[in-house]
Amino acid sequence: MDKTQNNRAWFLVLPVLVLVAFSAVIPLMTVVNYAFNDTFGQNQFFWNGLGWFEDMLQSERMHGAFGRQVLFSAIILAIEVPLGIYIALNMPKSGFWSSFCLVLMALPLLIPFNVVGTIWQIFGRVDIGLLGHSLAALGIDYNYTNDPLDAWLTIIAMDVWHWTSLVALLCYAGLQSIPQAYYQAARIDQASRWSIFRYIELPKMAGVLLIAVLLRFMDSFMIYTEPFVLTGGGPGNSTTFLSIDLVKMAVGQFDLGPAAAFSLMYFLVILLVSWVFYTVMTTLDKQEGK
Amino acid sequence: MARITLSNLAHSYVPQPKSEADYALKQMDHVWDDGGAYALLGASGCGKTTLLNIISGLVHPSQGRVLFGDADVTHAPTAARNIAQVFQFPVVYDTMTVRENLAFPLRNRGMDPAYIAARVSQIAAMIGMEATLDRKARGLTADAKQKISLGRGMVRQDVNAILFDEPLTVIDPHMKWELRTQLKLLHREFGHTMIYVTHDQTEALTFADKVVVLHEGRVVQMGTPQYLFDTPEHTFVGYFIGSPGMNLLDADIQGTVAQTAAGPVPLGAAYAPPQGRTQIGIRPEYVTMSASEGLPARVLRIEDVGRHRIIRADVAGTHISVIVPEGQPVGAQLTHVRFDPAHINVYANDWRVKGTR
Ligand SMILES: Nc1ncnc2c1ncn2[C@@H]1O[C@H](COP(=O)(O)OP(=O)(O)OP(=O)(O)O)[C@@H](O)[C@H]1O
Ligand SMILES: [Mg+2]
Repeated sequence: MDKTQNNRAWFLVLPVLVLVAFSAVIPLMTVVNYAFNDTFGQNQFFWNGLGWFEDMLQSERMHGAFGRQVLFSAIILAIEVPLGIYIALNMPKSGFWSSFCLVLMALPLLIPFNVVGTIWQIFGRVDIGLLGHSLAALGIDYNYTNDPLDAWLTIIAMDVWHWTSLVALLCYAGLQSIPQAYYQAARIDQASRWSIFRYIELPKMAGVLLIAVLLRFMDSFMIYTEPFVLTGGGPGNSTTFLSIDLVKMAVGQFDLGPAAAFSLMYFLVILLVSWVFYTVMTTLDKQEGK
Repeated sequence: MARITLSNLAHSYVPQPKSEADYALKQMDHVWDDGGAYALLGASGCGKTTLLNIISGLVHPSQGRVLFGDADVTHAPTAARNIAQVFQFPVVYDTMTVRENLAFPLRNRGMDPAYIAARVSQIAAMIGMEATLDRKARGLTADAKQKISLGRGMVRQDVNAILFDEPLTVIDPHMKWELRTQLKLLHREFGHTMIYVTHDQTEALTFADKVVVLHEGRVVQMGTPQYLFDTPEHTFVGYFIGSPGMNLLDADIQGTVAQTAAGPVPLGAAYAPPQGRTQIGIRPEYVTMSASEGLPARVLRIEDVGRHRIIRADVAGTHISVIVPEGQPVGAQLTHVRFDPAHINVYANDWRVKGTR
């Protein structure tokens, strides 16, 4: 076939470019504008260079929020990924119970974020919440509004409850794609349960697992609504994660410059970490293929 | 190593089988001798894989028992049976190297690493894959995968039996011959019980001491290749073994004579009048063309297959094959076919009827 080169075809891309510009690039540019300028209102801007960035990089407050954010993401990944795999491995493979489990697992994923926050906010209350009240009745001193540790545990429990299903469902899909013949061969070769997992199931799940880890990382690193509804960042600043702090700074204190500078860095961190994840996992995959 | 006994065995993939047709394997009683080399032959879908899977424990029979030696293993899991099986569709662990693939069954049994290394290189030499030992199994060609799969089946020396399910289908003819020789050697050296499924009768006849023919879920005959060739117990065996297969002619059996549509045929023995549909069977090797003796025949065509020629002839509407040995002339004056009475078998409803001499 002869392909004719017609550069006017580029015009066909134009609508998409315009759309993306309006939905992403132009709003982002206002953030960039705020990040490099200072203003006293009335749309008057003064060039501030990297000032806000330097301020933010040295800010104790931001270091704290960043540390909490990293810790939170690390904890929930460390819980949700193994737990999700474990659940997927133990789910029924076919029949009524398999469909039943799938529906049950999908339920938490369908609940809006602020509702999840509210559910747990009430669930954990010592006076009327099932969880809080039961714990209190057992003589455990639990109060997520006063105790930072309790607040953390509640937020982690909430996130695990909300999102482990996603990891489990993705892994389940990966597991279902393994032909029965592999399990038969493993039985003939007298492979242990662990070997079957390590050499058959894990390699076949690796692709979806990569996606699951990426999604959970990005989502947890940007988490806002649920902890905001549940604890509002407290007690003190103990559950103030990056996005909560950012909103406090931008909307609460109207420090738009620092907030803009920070959100740009925030964005770059997420991009960077995701890219690193992706490259590492895919090169690992390629090495395996050699 | 063990004798394998199938007692009263039957299997159906349907949970509540209603009729005989629901059974993939019909009821059978068979003993596979310790150290025997068996070839399992049969048409597609006749239950060969099912039978192997039952022996290895991948499938649990709906009825009957499986014994290894004197031990009842009907409910024993596959791992406890210590059996090797090479699958019809090769399975390789694609994240492992070829070496790890071959070592996998030994590692799982916790063998000594030095022994594993030695054994793996032996097997690699047998399947001709020494050069690729350190490659990942992913991305290898289909025949390399089949060889790895075969190698994994042979690597353990202490197994009770080795089951091969059409292990050489995609391997090129020269390598096939080589591997078959290796299997023979392995058998001679260790004396494992081996069951070898194949569609290819030359493969079966060169490999096996005994041939087992499976037809529609039933073992129709088990015996030495020569015995199966001379006295097929079932018309399917006659048709399936030998090239071309046995000729069958509808006939009325009257004592020592079979009345066919084309005329009478003398038999080598006397038969009581059998029940049902009766046929006589004669191998093309024992049919000769003649000018006047036997049944009138019309030659349809002559095929030259190298060592001999095959004549296809029409005898009163039935097609008959005749093998003409090398050097024997074929001419237009040959208008009759003669059957050697000593090699005629009589069948009633497809099963052989014994005659009295
Ligand atoms: N898992 C299964 N579920 C239901 N029916 C099955 C299953 N496996 C095999 N069968 C049926 O049982 C019969 C015997 O199948 P089997 O695979 O044992 O045949 P085979 O002799 O190995 O055939 P081939 O030469 O094609 O490999 C077939 O009719 C097949 O459709
Ligand atoms: Mg088969």
